[in-house]
Amino acid sequence: MLLRDGLIGLLTRYGHEVVAAVGDAEALVAAVDEHGPDIVVTDVRMPPGFQDEGLHAAVRLRETRPTLPVLVLSQYVQRRYAADLLDSGDGTGVGYLLKDRVGQVEQFVDALIEVADGGTVVDPEVVRQLLRRRRDPLERLTPREREVLALIAEGRSNGAIARELVVSEAAVGKHISGILTKLDLPPADETHRRVLAVLAFLRA
Amino acid sequence: MHPAIPAQPRTVWQAMTRPGYLLSAWPWRSIGYLVTGAVTGAAALVAIVTLAAAGGILAVVLVGLPLLVGTVLAGLPVARVERFRLRLVDLEPVPEQHRVPAEPGLWAWLVTRLRERTTWRELGYALLFAGLLWPVDVLVLTVALLLPVSVTATPLLMATVGDGHEAKVLKQWTVTSWPAAFGVAVLGLVLLGLCAYVLGVAAGARAALTRLLVASREGDLGARVVELARSRVRLVDAFEAERRRIERDLHDGAQQRLVALTMSLGLARLDAPPGPLADQLAKAHDEAGKALAELRELIHGIHPQVLADYGLQAAVADAADRCVIPVDVDLELPGRLPQAVEAAAYFVVCEALANVDKHSAAGRAEVGGGHRDGRLFLEIRDDGRGGADAGSGSGLTGLADRVSVLDGRLSLSSPPGGPTLLRVEIPCQLTEPCV
Repeated sequence: MLLRDGLIGLLTRYGHEVVAAVGDAEALVAAVDEHGPDIVVTDVRMPPGFQDEGLHAAVRLRETRPTLPVLVLSQYVQRRYAADLLDSGDGTGVGYLLKDRVGQVEQFVDALIEVADGGTVVDPEVVRQLLRRRRDPLERLTPREREVLALIAEGRSNGAIARELVVSEAAVGKHISGILTKLDLPPADETHRRVLAVLAFLRA
Repeated sequence: MHPAIPAQPRTVWQAMTRPGYLLSAWPWRSIGYLVTGAVTGAAALVAIVTLAAAGGILAVVLVGLPLLVGTVLAGLPVARVERFRLRLVDLEPVPEQHRVPAEPGLWAWLVTRLRERTTWRELGYALLFAGLLWPVDVLVLTVALLLPVSVTATPLLMATVGDGHEAKVLKQWTVTSWPAAFGVAVLGLVLLGLCAYVLGVAAGARAALTRLLVASREGDLGARVVELARSRVRLVDAFEAERRRIERDLHDGAQQRLVALTMSLGLARLDAPPGPLADQLAKAHDEAGKALAELRELIHGIHPQVLADYGLQAAVADAADRCVIPVDVDLELPGRLPQAVEAAAYFVVCEALANVDKHSAAGRAEVGGGHRDGRLFLEIRDDGRGGADAGSGSGLTGLADRVSVLDGRLSLSSPPGGPTLLRVEIPCQLTEPCV
């Protein structure tokens, strides 16, 4: 409740229109049917069971509307949730963030816009957990390639990654194609392959 | 009798093996035991017969039914008095065997009592006591007291009833001289000593029978063990439920407020003009963020959401992710397990991995396991220096208890120099196929 009101205030302030704010998973699906929003923001836990109803609702929504952008907030990030979400639809227009991130107001709104535009955003905390692991197929990647992959997972563009790592954008492109080759990803359009790379990353 | 001196006899049987028996209080205690036995036995007979007769007659008009129930419960007061009387000749503690009713109220008490085997055994004892035992007490008392006393009193009889000329011993033999009379009196004293032992034996035997029937340490012990095991399981379940409740309360309460707070602070920072106020706000925002992160870790430690949502396999993978050293997970579970099993297994893995991080100096660890033949198997091994001890204050002792509540086993092998291997086995059935 508290959080919902806060989010409404925050989004309105940034010029977005909140078409509906609901309290449980059933109402969420109904509200999406009614309003057809540009993006859905939901908590993993929702009444009545306070388990992972919000996540299931998001996955269900994506089954019927594969292009509907969904941003899921969670009190605690876990790659299983992220993997379930990215598996829904074609993995584009999906975000999975720690609830704390709404405090970083500007970054949060950026992530929201990124997801609404079809991007994929995974919380840095998930990425950090995953980087501790040294397992196939990520073992084939160089440390620099892993860094690049982590930044892709966070939803950064090539330009942003280049700035973050202080390298040229061409170098980033080279790293990305190295990653895609090493992860045996089929040739397809660039966005889709990036999502697949992130998925491979989450499953490792 | 001072209980602090162990040399003192505790029962009449022990007392009789000591030389000072005749001069001790024990023969008197035995007499007291038999006399009170005769009196209470007669009273019990009257009470039981009255109750049963009145109940039987009045049963036709239903008023008698409570009286009949009362008759069935007659063993309770009788056994209580008997346990009290037992202390005369047997100082060993007398356990009360009745269970405490689960709820207050007469009905719960009645149901508990009528279901107990002890109640029925006590009724049997009461009937035996009222019908057979107290007459035996009377008989023993009569023979063992009157006989030697009357023989010892021969000179007295001769002086009074026999006018100094003659006296009858036990109405059988006649003595006519003073030396003979005193000789018989000495014989009577010897007999009195012997009879003191007879009384001791009789009282001791009666006490042993009483203890066997209404105060034995066995009997309902089996039922009590079953009840204890059940209550232990209930306790663990309640503990687990409480953890979930605390986790939910923190998540839905404090955490939401903190998130809202960081959001408000974040917005306020956007509005604040650069300067000291903005710096203060930035600091407050930062602190709130840290509090949120700490609260998140705390909530996760209480009961991880991923365990409830995805089950043991995902939760163990998550625990492995959070471990400082690399952990290989090879755990295959085709479905979900009962909640209690999942929680116990998960916390064993967490504790084991925490110990690996803290103590083992290992470079790698491995968590393996699966579900075979109706059992969950888990193995946590590391390549560290070994020497771990489940008993030495590690959290493993508590976890071993938790596993044993589920009829499972936890074993630890950790020779000095390593490697350390912790195994857990818990019997359980898969509940639902994996989602």
